[in-house]
Amino acid sequence: MIPVVVILAYLALIAFIGSVAFKKNREDTEDFFLASRSVGSLVFFLSLFATNMTAFAILGSSGQAYRQGIGIYGLMASSSCLVIPLTIFFIGTRLWALGKKFGYQTQVAFFRERWECNHIGTVIFALSAAMLVPYMIISIMGGGTVLANLSTSSATHQPLIPYAWGCAVVAVVVTLNVFLGGMRGTVWVNVLQTTLFLCFGAVAVAVISSQLPFGFSHYMHDLAANEKTRFLVTRERMPPQAFWSYTLIPLSSIMFPHMAIMCFSARRVSAFKQTVVAYPIAILAIWLPCVFLGVLGLAALGKIPDPDGVLLLMLQKYAPAWLAGVLGAGIISAVMGSDAHQVLALSTMFTKDVFAHYGGHEKFGERRSVHFARGFIVVVTVIAYLVALSLREKQGIFEIAVRYAFSGFAAMAPVMVAALFWRRSTKWGALAATLFVAAFLVWTALMQTSHKPGDVLWQLGQGQEAIRVFFLNPRGDVAFWNGFMTVAPMVAGSALCLIIFSLLTKPPSKTTIDKYFSVSSESPSQYVH
Amino acid sequence: MTKKLLLVLLILALYAAHQDFWNWRQAEPMIFGFLPVGLAYHAAYSIAAAALMAVLVKTAWPQELEERDKSSK
Repeated sequence: MIPVVVILAYLALIAFIGSVAFKKNREDTEDFFLASRSVGSLVFFLSLFATNMTAFAILGSSGQAYRQGIGIYGLMASSSCLVIPLTIFFIGTRLWALGKKFGYQTQVAFFRERWECNHIGTVIFALSAAMLVPYMIISIMGGGTVLANLSTSSATHQPLIPYAWGCAVVAVVVTLNVFLGGMRGTVWVNVLQTTLFLCFGAVAVAVISSQLPFGFSHYMHDLAANEKTRFLVTRERMPPQAFWSYTLIPLSSIMFPHMAIMCFSARRVSAFKQTVVAYPIAILAIWLPCVFLGVLGLAALGKIPDPDGVLLLMLQKYAPAWLAGVLGAGIISAVMGSDAHQVLALSTMFTKDVFAHYGGHEKFGERRSVHFARGFIVVVTVIAYLVALSLREKQGIFEIAVRYAFSGFAAMAPVMVAALFWRRSTKWGALAATLFVAAFLVWTALMQTSHKPGDVLWQLGQGQEAIRVFFLNPRGDVAFWNGFMTVAPMVAGSALCLIIFSLLTKPPSKTTIDKYFSVSSESPSQYVH
Repeated sequence: MTKKLLLVLLILALYAAHQDFWNWRQAEPMIFGFLPVGLAYHAAYSIAAAALMAVLVKTAWPQELEERDKSSK
């Protein structure tokens, strides 16, 4: 009961912050979507981080560590420590400058002007939106699951907040926050949320270590000494090819619309300086304790039916009830921080890239555009909530969709790099890369549903010397060549399509190229050649 | 030019260091008595990534973006 009260108080506080932000809002889209590009350095860092980190960073990481061991940290976290800050440094700062100079609020608005295209921008919008929607749905599902798990009574084994109510609470609080406060409300809340979940790991480790019957060292040496569990403290069951492939996944980060849109909101470019340096440390602060506790969970708790709940179980067993509530609020923070940005990003994209672009803005003006955006937020959250309820048992499908969305966004990174740094790139190159990514995703989904693990999809040669180009790995995912993940051929294929079709087609006009690359016009891309 | 090349090499070196094949099958030594070496290595890698970003901010920051930002005030 106590954890539930703490969490509900926290959710009420978030809704309140949204209502305060509402009073500060002006009724124009730049203010609603980007807080008038006025986000200061510390808030910018905390918000960008909250945007990027989902509940997976806490629950999924510990669950995966419980199943696969310490390698999960290198696989998912340490590669992000390098690649995400690099993309923010090289791409985020340039996006910010373009937004400031030309008033862009979305990536697609930039692509449309950069490549003098109209409908091709809409194709990029459609693919981005399609890849973002499952992510948003799974955030609500995650929120419902977490609230149900945290509120489950150990006596009755029944949740005080059932899954459907948990989803509803998360959806309503996120909607209120975004609907009322827009970007301003969202980033204010992020300050609280990120602070909470940054503290989560250290506090959880400290509390659990003080309650365990033996020290950490005892459990870790036990795991290492046992042949059956040794793989958890090494990477002996982790294919090096998959480990390397994962280093490409963080390229997706800057291509996620909610991350790119956040980059437009900074007041000064100097906000990026502290962000890129602090980012790896923040990832370390969250992921290291979660991965460690996930591995420790097997030694301390033994076999459990739902590995993703390992951290919650450890908290329930080893932390006092009020602290479990605060830490639970930390987990909910991670869920809602990113969910709010996803909802806001979808609304921004739909309002600016579709509604305004196809005449809505001219016809209805700024004020009505904000009303449209708010209406869109309500509609999209209600739909996501209904989907989360009706397809709960199909959560696995959404999880797969999200996994492929990461590969899809990573494969769209060459499009952004070309737009910023390659003057010869063309709209046809961008279209070819986008269609390649979309086709590859559809093909992968089809193959995965129509084949079973171990099936070869395409091979070169026959017999023992045959090379498996595409096949389904034991987990049932499509794999490439020697066990590389599909993100590798997707990034390479997308870049290749972009280069070939750009070279084969007419470049944008000189006026446009000068607009973005001329030294005299102080283009944001002039510093990298 | 040399500075740029050195920075590129530094980034590539850190990227390559992510694939620490020498720790693949080892749990020992346990750092601080409880952190398997593979996990401790990647924790240190995260700190190295932060250090690299600090170097990039110090030596390769797109100063012109900042100056243009100031002049537009």
